Amino acid sequence: MQVFRYSQARTVEGAIRAGAAAGGAFIAGGTTLVDLMKLNVLEPASVVDINALPLDRVEPLPGGGLRIGAMVRNSDLANHATVRQQYVVLSEALLSGASPQLRNMATTGGNLLQKTRCYYFRDTNYPCNKRKPGSGCAAQDGFNRIHAVLGGSEHCVATHPSDMAVAMMALEATVHTQGPKGERAIALDEFYLVPGNTPDRENVLQPGELITHVTLPALAAGTRSVYLKLRDRQQYEFALASSAVVISVSGGQISRARIALGGVGTKPWRSREAEKALQGQPPSPEVFRSAADAAMAAAKPLQYNAFKIELAKRALLRTLTETTQAA
Amino acid sequence: MSTSVIGAPIQRIDGSLKVTGAAKYAVDNPFDNVAFGVPVASTVGNARIVNIDTSIAQRMPGVLTIIHHGNTDQLFRPAGQLEQSSRAGEVRPPFEDDKVYYYGQYVALVIANTFEQAQDAASKVKVEYETHPNVVEIADAPPPQGPPRIHYARGKADDAFDSAAVKIDQTYILPVETHNPMEMHGTIAKWEGDKVILYESSQGVVNHQHVLSEMLGIPVDQVQVLSPFIGSGFGGKLFPWPHSLLAAMAARRVNRPVKVVVPRALMFTTVGHRPLTQQRMRIGATQQGKLVSVQHDVLQPTSMVDTYVEQCTGVTTMLYSCENLTANQTLIPMNIGTPTPMRGPGIVPGLYPLESAMDELAIRLNMDPLELRLKNYAEQDESFAPNRPFSSKHLRECYQIGAEKFTWSKRTPQVGSMKQGDEILGWGMATATWHAGRGSATVRVRLHADGTARATCATQDIGTGTYTVFAQVVSEKTGIPIEKIEVVLGDSSLPDGPTSGGSTVTATVLPAVTAATNGAIDRVIAAAQTMPSSPFKRASAGGEPPRLVMTAGRIHAADQPPESGIPFQEVLAHHRLAALEAESRTAPDPATSHQFSAHSFGAQFVEVAWDPGIARLRVNRALTVIDAGRIINHRTGRNQILGAVVMGIGMAMFEETIYDPRNAKPLNNNFADYIVSTNADIPQLDCIFVEYPDLHLNEYGARGIGEIGLAGVASAVTMAVYHATGVRVRKLPVRIEDLLAGDRRMTA
Repeated sequence: MQVFRYSQARTVEGAIRAGAAAGGAFIAGGTTLVDLMKLNVLEPASVVDINALPLDRVEPLPGGGLRIGAMVRNSDLANHATVRQQYVVLSEALLSGASPQLRNMATTGGNLLQKTRCYYFRDTNYPCNKRKPGSGCAAQDGFNRIHAVLGGSEHCVATHPSDMAVAMMALEATVHTQGPKGERAIALDEFYLVPGNTPDRENVLQPGELITHVTLPALAAGTRSVYLKLRDRQQYEFALASSAVVISVSGGQISRARIALGGVGTKPWRSREAEKALQGQPPSPEVFRSAADAAMAAAKPLQYNAFKIELAKRALLRTLTETTQAA
Repeated sequence: MSTSVIGAPIQRIDGSLKVTGAAKYAVDNPFDNVAFGVPVASTVGNARIVNIDTSIAQRMPGVLTIIHHGNTDQLFRPAGQLEQSSRAGEVRPPFEDDKVYYYGQYVALVIANTFEQAQDAASKVKVEYETHPNVVEIADAPPPQGPPRIHYARGKADDAFDSAAVKIDQTYILPVETHNPMEMHGTIAKWEGDKVILYESSQGVVNHQHVLSEMLGIPVDQVQVLSPFIGSGFGGKLFPWPHSLLAAMAARRVNRPVKVVVPRALMFTTVGHRPLTQQRMRIGATQQGKLVSVQHDVLQPTSMVDTYVEQCTGVTTMLYSCENLTANQTLIPMNIGTPTPMRGPGIVPGLYPLESAMDELAIRLNMDPLELRLKNYAEQDESFAPNRPFSSKHLRECYQIGAEKFTWSKRTPQVGSMKQGDEILGWGMATATWHAGRGSATVRVRLHADGTARATCATQDIGTGTYTVFAQVVSEKTGIPIEKIEVVLGDSSLPDGPTSGGSTVTATVLPAVTAATNGAIDRVIAAAQTMPSSPFKRASAGGEPPRLVMTAGRIHAADQPPESGIPFQEVLAHHRLAALEAESRTAPDPATSHQFSAHSFGAQFVEVAWDPGIARLRVNRALTVIDAGRIINHRTGRNQILGAVVMGIGMAMFEETIYDPRNAKPLNNNFADYIVSTNADIPQLDCIFVEYPDLHLNEYGARGIGEIGLAGVASAVTMAVYHATGVRVRKLPVRIEDLLAGDRRMTA
């Protein structure tokens, strides 16, 4: 671990000032940052502790919907009454992630920025374009079973590991930030970047820009949602494929569907293709199958991860079936 | 009271120390002036070290010294190569030369005032390599030369296979598994004059003492190894690994105690693993299911610096009755650290192809797999000529009880035929076995004037309940309550005890604890008989002193109840003695130990649930029935078996160390990426003991139970997987992609 400066921020403005300095990093739960600092993968010159910032509230929004402070812990959010009742997909996604101890530490803002579990990113002896731009990608010819089939490029195929973000993608969450240039609201789908030629840029945040909260829109009455995570073991394991479905059926037709997939994409993967295949259709195995095929049509398998395409389809089929069956 | 202690479900006597954190593990021991050693490990698999640049690291704050092959003290190879008295994990001492033979090999050790300083400086040591191609896969290795390492033959297996009515010829692959005990390997070495004391996590303090003496080149009485508590080892801590030598050398160099903890990542490279095995199994049988030929051929990687043999074929030669049998095992050196025994070495990986092939044969014959096993039941151990009787074998009863309890008769053999909601159930069963060993041990038992007792032995408790077994025997013989018995283990300066390996400790120490306890009782009785005011004189009318015994902590006439006598401490008080003690050494009788073949047996039944809609496989239930002689402690005994089943489920479904052929690195070298069973993966487990004391082994008839619970699990799981899915997995672990690839309901 590199020697670093440590400071505690008391205000959002103070945090932004300190975080904007060259080599600055915010630390919240620390579940990703400290881990990667120990591996010398991240070597911030200064770490700004934002745990004292007043961003730990979950509050209803005036016109419906929910405002979630960036410092709300994963376990608190998962067990929040409104989340459990109205945003089932989010509660389930959070509870499927990591372990209870990690969920007690990990925060909403931090989880959105969770780093990939790619073996090669985590070891400084390997080339990795995400860690060291231009050095190459060891996963392309490596053991790429856990890597992405959607959104990859020749420069990077690392999966985004968050479950929470997949659920928020299906809930059409908005990320709210504050930075040296002021405040902004960013649709979550536009918050993340695919790797392309710049896999080191994972999102649109600028230096010193701090996530302050996330908002979720209200869901129409009768909307159902679910998160299903498929993996090698049943706990403490990243998704090989996961599916978040938020869906409404009225008059025998799917009136609204929001679909996101995890474990298969370089970012939490919103599938507008699947949503289009479902929109206005009666819920049926054939419709679901066409949605699943549409979701994975662009998938590009690597040597060891072709099975993820089929696995993601099955996850989506099961979650669509579950959420559209008569209650 | 006196007999109920043996077999009773008594809690571990060291349990409260462990759950309250009072138990000090090796590197927990505080020393004010301890220095920290952090290794620099190779990042390549096959190379020559061209240069080690320590110039930056050496000048960093707190750094005391940096040791590497260019400035190392002389270390020696263990004499254990020549005799069996000592065995090192790896015979090559660290820093022996400038060669790198595997990824993760120690190339330097940085010693500093704090752990952080040592760690920081270690990251600044620059090592320049001249690299050569790695060999980490069998396909990349040159063809093995010379005769196989193991060769066994009886009858004419080739001919019998050729003419067999039904044949199975399949190859099975088991991956590298890494032990990964919770407690990492670690040593604090402290010199007192010319003597070194090692606070170590060791499954064999006596062996460790001998190896360190040999490799440091100092007399054995100048080495003491302390290992009172061990955060488990699973075999990985049987033999000393290089970090222990490095700590000793570094402590001598800086003239301070030095602590070296093996980081989790190096737990995958430098402290052994279960080697990969590629095993071809050819079985020939009659149409009626009688085995006529078995041929078992094993390819097994070892390291470039040592020869480790994973004895896979032994179990094949004795488990079933078959006239014609050959077994061969060939070693292939590779650029991977030296393998070492891991729970159930040899037998666990050897059983997997045998039991899997038996299941494939049963399917071919359209015969119940349990019936096939009964049909080929070995009444005697046919691996010996002439055949040897088993000391005690009740496997038939294990099958029968297991089948009844599991309701095996309700199994419908067609693939996918047992449905339950969205899920398909699969049932599998397999035989388990483990050889019952017994070695020699010396135990000292001391009876104190305050009514307490103390038993000591230089064996150790790896978490399995050895402390408690000692206390149970002393309590059973003396009637002193368990809580008044102190047991001291894990110190090489105590009377010689066995290594905790091979499921042999209980069978080995029971006779010695018994003999020492009886010896101490005899001395108290002798003292009682010389008491001038002995109450026992009055008890005897004819003048002849009565025969005295000790029961419930009291010395009394054998023909009178305990209440008629006096507490043993009164005898000691009378003579103004602090204590009376006895030491006994016991060993198996060489004259009788070859008359019998001693093995434990078991039957394991597993139900898996396969949800094809989402390709999810889970184990629903697992039942194990064990014939391991008398169970000394039903609580710790059951715990041993169920813990092994948990490990077996991991072996079947999760565990695999994955190497990168480009640099020989184990890619998943951490607890997030190397996956083992979690609680959520483990269903209701059950265990039944059929208890037939095996009196050929010891007075209580107990055989070891540390490994047998793992033996059949992976075979039973893959058999159940086939039954549910129709996919035969011959390469562990069972992976989602294997099941998807074989699933005809593919949507794509």
